[in-house]
Amino acid sequence: MTAMRRFLPSWLTSYAILYVAFLYLPVIFLPIFSINTAATPKFPLSGVTLHWYEDLPRTPALIDATWNSLLVGVSASILSTVLGILAARSITRYRYPGRRTINGLIMAPLVLPEVIVAISMLLVMLQLGLSLSLFTVVLGHVLVCIPYSMTVLTSGFEGFDRSLEEASADLGESAFGTFRRVTLPMVAPAIISSLLVCFTISLDEFIIAFFLTGTEATLPIYIWGQLRFAAKLPGVLALGTLLLVASFVLMTVAEILRRRAARRTQNEGGLYA
Amino acid sequence: MTVAAEGSPPLRVAGARRSPLLQSEAVQGFALISPTFLYALILLVLPILVVIAHSFWTQDYLTIDHTFTLENYRIALTEPIYRDLLWRSLYISLTVSALTVILAYPIAYFISFHGGRHKSLWLFLITIPFWTSYLLRVMSWKVILGYNGVLNSGLIGLGIIHEPSTALLYNSSAVIITLTHAWATFAILPIFVSLEKVDRTLVEAATDLGDGPLRSFLRVTLPLSAPGVISAALIVMIPTVGDYVTPKLVGGKDGVMIANAIQAQFGKASNWPLGAALSVTTMVIVSLMAGATVLVIRAIQRLAR
Repeated sequence: MTAMRRFLPSWLTSYAILYVAFLYLPVIFLPIFSINTAATPKFPLSGVTLHWYEDLPRTPALIDATWNSLLVGVSASILSTVLGILAARSITRYRYPGRRTINGLIMAPLVLPEVIVAISMLLVMLQLGLSLSLFTVVLGHVLVCIPYSMTVLTSGFEGFDRSLEEASADLGESAFGTFRRVTLPMVAPAIISSLLVCFTISLDEFIIAFFLTGTEATLPIYIWGQLRFAAKLPGVLALGTLLLVASFVLMTVAEILRRRAARRTQNEGGLYA
Repeated sequence: MTVAAEGSPPLRVAGARRSPLLQSEAVQGFALISPTFLYALILLVLPILVVIAHSFWTQDYLTIDHTFTLENYRIALTEPIYRDLLWRSLYISLTVSALTVILAYPIAYFISFHGGRHKSLWLFLITIPFWTSYLLRVMSWKVILGYNGVLNSGLIGLGIIHEPSTALLYNSSAVIITLTHAWATFAILPIFVSLEKVDRTLVEAATDLGDGPLRSFLRVTLPLSAPGVISAALIVMIPTVGDYVTPKLVGGKDGVMIANAIQAQFGKASNWPLGAALSVTTMVIVSLMAGATVLVIRAIQRLAR
């Protein structure tokens, strides 16, 4: 490793910094132009204003979209986390034939074109006679959230020391009691992290909501509708900035919790082993 | 401790283990995963089967004619519009996956080999933009590349050009730039994971045996990280071929992709079977392309060794 360090090319470090700048630069323009007085996003800024933010709570369509998004996000994150817990627990705890295939199938939405996932669900829902609503959006979001939930939860469940549960059972605790008093406290951070990740995905998801919703709009659908009008751009940028901040905060908390979960299962497992 | 444990619980255990079948590990594991598995079956596998079925049917106004036909596939593969859209989508997704992998490799390498104590901080920095709304990231490229956008006003401000260029937005290059940015994280993570697995002693051995840093990289590190490169390429290629938002927002007339045509068949044009045939064709062709990519990367890996 020290031999490697001598060869550490400084251009690699510069490249890394440039790359991170490339990742962040486009996103940074949203907040910058959301406080611009002019409607067209160009430099130099014509003046600084919070006017566009003040207008947001006075837009009834936006308020409705926010409530819809919250409702969909909360339902989708709870459902996908419950399904994720069952699957992640099964994958990390048991060995059985077909395990890899089933896991692959559950993770598949991650690598399929979203449009194809969306239209195929649309076809089935229309065939089943389900009318399109926020409920159908939730069903779609759960499908795309499960892979992320699984990823977070398996990393939290792995390294989980099984002997702790066995000890609890040996000491006379019922299966449910063991789960509630031993398993749950250890995996709680991973579960909360999964809830936050799924909520964020649902909050930002556009394609599936676009195809599967009836008349009710979620926030991304509302934004999509506003994008047609050039004059509404600053309002959209302001809303976008708020969404960026929300996603950022949620994901940071989720990441901290996921790490804590991983550390907890490993440390305590090591301590009691 | 052991005496007590062995002495008291047999009764309980006998009660809990009602049937040996339920106790078997396979059955328990399968029972636990079955709700999630069923969910994926009903909302993913069944829908895709329904799409495949529709692609062999025809539609007459609002009624579906269930007679088997290959007519939709004939249209999807021979009609110039669809053929062009398919080619363009494949070209764009191939270019984007090549670009993202090439741009992502050095940064994954940097984090894995030179990240030191800050490894997880770097990874976190890289994942954060990915968690922001896809729609908003595409929109910010529209702000940058637009006629009155950041790039044009900046270039005019610097005196490089005198009037806004229209060549930046509404074409396939704008789509390629936007997608390359949007999928960056997806390419970095798999490459990073495979680089982490590279046994560092092998690299040192190569250096000890007289290979220079470049040679040991090309003959040891790069071939060993090929699995990461393969999954990065596929994880970008397959979803981007069906991207809808980017072509719609920054693609203009010359950047329209197959997903926009598929959407039109389920929306305005209302020809579900044709839309289904276009979806199936896209999936089949992108899978073939993905397979070919895997073979090519493996061949290069073998040559490098």
